[in-house]
Amino acid sequence: MVNTLRKDLKIIYDIINRNEVVLDVGCGEGILLSYLSEHKNVDCRGIEINQKGVNKCVEKGLAVIQGDANIDLKDYPDNFFTTAVLSQTIQAMISPDLVINNLVRISRRAIISFPNFGYWKIRRDLMLSGQMPQSKILPYNWFDSPNIHLCTIKDFEIFCEDNQIRIQKKILINSRSDVFLPVFFGNFFAYQAIFSIIKDY
Amino acid sequence: MKKINKIIFEDDLKLDSGLSLQKCEIAFETYGKLNKDKSNAIFICHALSGDQYCSGISPITKKEGWWNKLVGPGKPINTKKFFVICSNVIGGCQGSTGPSSINPKTGKRYDLNFPVITISDMVKAQIRLVDYFKIDKLFAVIGGSMGGMQALEWGVSYAERVHAIIPIATSYRHSAQNIAFHEIGRQSIMSDPNWHKGKYIDKKTKPKRGLSVARMIAHITYLSESALQRKFGRNLQKGQKFSYKFDVDFQIESYLKHQGYSFVDRFDANSYLYITKAMDYFDLSIVQNRLFNKFKKIKIRFCFFTFSSDWLFPTSETKAMIKFLNSCGSNVSFVEIKTDKGHDAFLLNEIEFHKTLNGFLNGLQKSVF
Repeated sequence: MVNTLRKDLKIIYDIINRNEVVLDVGCGEGILLSYLSEHKNVDCRGIEINQKGVNKCVEKGLAVIQGDANIDLKDYPDNFFTTAVLSQTIQAMISPDLVINNLVRISRRAIISFPNFGYWKIRRDLMLSGQMPQSKILPYNWFDSPNIHLCTIKDFEIFCEDNQIRIQKKILINSRSDVFLPVFFGNFFAYQAIFSIIKDY
Repeated sequence: MKKINKIIFEDDLKLDSGLSLQKCEIAFETYGKLNKDKSNAIFICHALSGDQYCSGISPITKKEGWWNKLVGPGKPINTKKFFVICSNVIGGCQGSTGPSSINPKTGKRYDLNFPVITISDMVKAQIRLVDYFKIDKLFAVIGGSMGGMQALEWGVSYAERVHAIIPIATSYRHSAQNIAFHEIGRQSIMSDPNWHKGKYIDKKTKPKRGLSVARMIAHITYLSESALQRKFGRNLQKGQKFSYKFDVDFQIESYLKHQGYSFVDRFDANSYLYITKAMDYFDLSIVQNRLFNKFKKIKIRFCFFTFSSDWLFPTSETKAMIKFLNSCGSNVSFVEIKTDKGHDAFLLNEIEFHKTLNGFLNGLQKSVF
């Protein structure tokens, strides 16, 4: 049953242990959360900005609230969660820096996944066409894209270093959504990345 | 007429005011069956003008119970699965002790000698009813508007006696605007010459005009501007011409008049004074620090509902509660239902609301029984 999960969610699902306390930021219709609560006895919470998504989640019995991560994460107490998940939404945040710093404050670790803007096809498309690149994972025009803060794997790593955030795990994913281990040039070959990060206080 | 189910408390009910009620009675109704381990009981709290008849046909009005759309066999609050208890609040006028009851100490009707009660006093009476059924832990307490205040009060005072609190279209305190509207209603009743300083029953009369005006004012606060416009607009009552008199011209006038007059038949004016006062006194923000420590420890679930066009209990007030509960790490769900029907939406056929509430109850059921 777990195999029906979107591949990047499946990877996140596998990283999370039984009986954790998890916050899924931008949890959509609660797919990851319902798997976690059903199969791993996880104490699940979610924030979702889209009201339709929230209603679907509550209908499933999940503890999900309508809220905006840019504003509402600051309300949670320090170190309350064991894992905070931010899947494919960091690039749409108004203040990714505040969001990431809040995530590592309220949770022992944060798992963040995002499309890698350093992927070679994106570099190629920009170079050859001279226009904003589009792909399956970034399907928008420059003028209607919700993705206002795209970054590359290298950008993310530098951000973590600057903010004294430790990278615990880095998982790279190719365009077929399979995990791969590039010998070198991860920032060039990875289509998506999943990071597990923690802040040592 | 059907006999009203009641229990009488032998012990005095101590009130927040410092006074107490002797031989206090609480009228109630139940639906569905209590299961063997008594884990399927839902307590439903009614709003200002409600009563214990939330499902089926009310034996008093012969009309549909006030939450018949939600409560019943196969309905969102499914009485095939859950045992539903609903009681008339103390201070009310449908069988529970209120200003029109006889004071056992004096043998005379209370009228204005009835002590001023609070939301917390209402809940103190409800917990005794739950004790009467020997239920240790309720599955959920659900209520809208003033019923939502009671549900919140359950969370505050008896969190260990309930799995989930479901407050709907409510707030942690009555705002200045809410108090203002209530005060106009009370003044309207008290300025009716037939009120007789609260002793109208002795005089064999009723402050009909005062109470109906109070209801008319309140009714406007239950609707949204856009719903009024949609339903009535500037439509005229009779023909297409103005009467050039102070009779009813517009449909909205006729509607409000009907709401006011039909209310007088089923509601007691003094009860209206007492219950509105109880709502005005409600304010959980003053116990916030105590609540913070409590909710940090106690595992209780909350599921809040608001309605987008409700300006009496706007979504922002619920969001303030959620902000606080998040800071305690509480387990909170929150849904805002998009509708133009205003505060009244919690009583109406809002499919999205019903579906979501039903889903939440079913989800919770898996972890309770």
